[in-house]
Amino acid sequence: MRLVVDLTRCQGYAQCAFLAPDVFTMHGEEALLYDPNPDDAQWDRVRRAAAACPVQAILVDQTEIPATAQEGTHVR
Amino acid sequence: MSADGPERAHAFKKGGHIVIVGASLAGLRAAETLREEGFTGSLTMIGDEPDQPYDRPPLSKQVLLGMVPAEHTALPRRREIDADWRLGVPAIGLDLDAHRVRLADGQEIGFDRLLIATGVRARPWPNENERDLDGVFVLRTNGDAARLRRRLAARPRRVLVIGAGFMGSEVASACRELGLEVTVAERGPVPLVGALGGVIGSVVARMHREHGVDLRCRVTVTALEGDPSGRLRRAHLSDGTAIDVDAAVVCLGSIGNTEWLAGSGLAAGPRGVACDAGCRAFDVNGIVTDDVFVAGDVARAPNPLYEYNFLFLEHWGNAVAQAEVAGHNMISCGSARRPHLAIPAFWSTQFGVSIRSVGVPTFADEMMVMQGSLEERRFVAAYGHRGRVTAAVAFDQAKWLDFYRELIMAAAPFPPSFVPVDRPPVMRSMSPEFPDPALPSHGATVTITGHLPNDQRVVFTPARA
Repeated sequence: MRLVVDLTRCQGYAQCAFLAPDVFTMHGEEALLYDPNPDDAQWDRVRRAAAACPVQAILVDQTEIPATAQEGTHVR
Repeated sequence: MSADGPERAHAFKKGGHIVIVGASLAGLRAAETLREEGFTGSLTMIGDEPDQPYDRPPLSKQVLLGMVPAEHTALPRRREIDADWRLGVPAIGLDLDAHRVRLADGQEIGFDRLLIATGVRARPWPNENERDLDGVFVLRTNGDAARLRRRLAARPRRVLVIGAGFMGSEVASACRELGLEVTVAERGPVPLVGALGGVIGSVVARMHREHGVDLRCRVTVTALEGDPSGRLRRAHLSDGTAIDVDAAVVCLGSIGNTEWLAGSGLAAGPRGVACDAGCRAFDVNGIVTDDVFVAGDVARAPNPLYEYNFLFLEHWGNAVAQAEVAGHNMISCGSARRPHLAIPAFWSTQFGVSIRSVGVPTFADEMMVMQGSLEERRFVAAYGHRGRVTAAVAFDQAKWLDFYRELIMAAAPFPPSFVPVDRPPVMRSMSPEFPDPALPSHGATVTITGHLPNDQRVVFTPARA
C-alpha cells in the first residue's frame, strides 16, 4: 500500500507511532520517519493511524483500498 | 481548441486534451485536481523517469538509513486519473504555436493546454572526469538513492559531503547514524546559512560536531582524485589539506529542468520557468501565455506577500498547493481562477531534530528568538523585514508554526508585540546573518528575483485548505 505524510503539517503528536509502530517511528522528540509503501497487512493499523492523526497529515492511497478492509477486517 | 469564455471553457473541460510534462509530485496532484474538478477530456502524463510518481524526501532519510528500499516510496493517489502515461521518455522540445511537445523517442504530442512540472535535478560536480569516478554521488532520484545506499551499506571508511545545505546536512546525519566517518565541506561560514542565516546555522554547526561530523566551513573542494581503476580515493580542499575518502556526495543544490524549453519562447532558464500567480507561464517578452501552465519546483512565481518578488521554491508543500491551483485554473476562466498564495513552508529532519520553516526566512533583515533557546536546540525564531513578520523557523517546536503563519499572512509587526510562552529571559532583535547575495551561493532554498509593480488592490487571503 502507498501512503505519504505531509510533514509540513505534522506536529509530532506520535499517535501514528503508537497505532502502527511497524510503519511510523519517532526519530528524536518530534521528527517522524515512516515506511511509504508498507505491506498490505498493515492496512487496518495505517487506517486507524490516519484517522487518529490530530492534524490529518497522513494521506493513504484512495485507489487501492482493499475490499476486505472496507468491511473492517484484516487483510491477509 | 482555445478555452476563452465560459462556453469554450466548458467544451474544453468536456473534451480537451491536456498534457502534463513531469510525472512527479506536482504533475500527479495537478492531474488529480483536473479530474476532481470535472475534466473529462484526455490527459497525457509524460515523465523522464521510468517509475510511477514517487516521493523524494524519504530518499535522504529512511532510504539512506536502510529502513525503506529506494524503490518503495511510490506516492499514494487521491483518485484515479485515467491518463495515458508516457514514462521513461523525456520531453525535448516545445512548439508553442503548433501546441506540440516533442519527445526523445521522436514522437510529437499535441495539446490544448500544457502543464510544465519538470522539476529540478541535482547540480552535478562541475569537473566531468571527476564526476564519473566510482564513488561520486548526487541524490535526487530513487536510482541515485539506491546507488548511494548500496555504497553506504558497504561501509566506506570515510564519506565526504560537499555542501552543507539541507541535503548535505541530512546525508551527513544519516552517515553518522550508520556509524560512518563523515567530513562535510561547506563554502559558507556554517551549514544552512543560505536558507536560515548564520545565527541558526551556528546551531546546526554544533549539531554536526556533537554528532561526530568532521565539519569544515569556509572551504571548497578543489579536486576529487581517483586511483588508476577510476575509484575515488582522495579529495583536495581549498585550505591545502587533502582527505582520503571512499565516497563523495555532491550536495550543491539544484538546476531547473528547462533545457527542453530552449527556443520555445517561454521565460525559462536554470532558475525555472517564470509564471504568474495563477500558474500561467510567461513568454520571453514577459507576456503571460494562455495555454501553458507551470507548477512545482520548476515554477518561479510572484508572491504578493513578498513584494511581488518571484519565488523559486523547492518545497514539497508548495508543489502540492501550486499543482492544485494550476489544475483548477487550467479548466477555469476569468474570475473563477485562483491565485497561488500559499505561504512557503518546509521541513528537514537531521540529527534527530525536526526543523520547520514558514514564510521566507531569506526575506528578512532582522530576527528574534521568541520561544525556547538556541542552546537547547528547541526554539521558535521569528524573522522580520522592514518591521513586519516574514518568516519563522522552529526546531522541535512545530506546533507553534501555524500561529506564526497567521502573523505572516496578517503582515503583523516585527518585533511581535505579543508575549509568547516559554520566552527567553532576554529578547532582542539581531541580524539573521544571511550571506551577501552578491557573492556566489548554492545554499538558498528560495531565490528572490525581480518584481511586479505593486498593485494596491490586492488583498491577501489565505489559500483554501
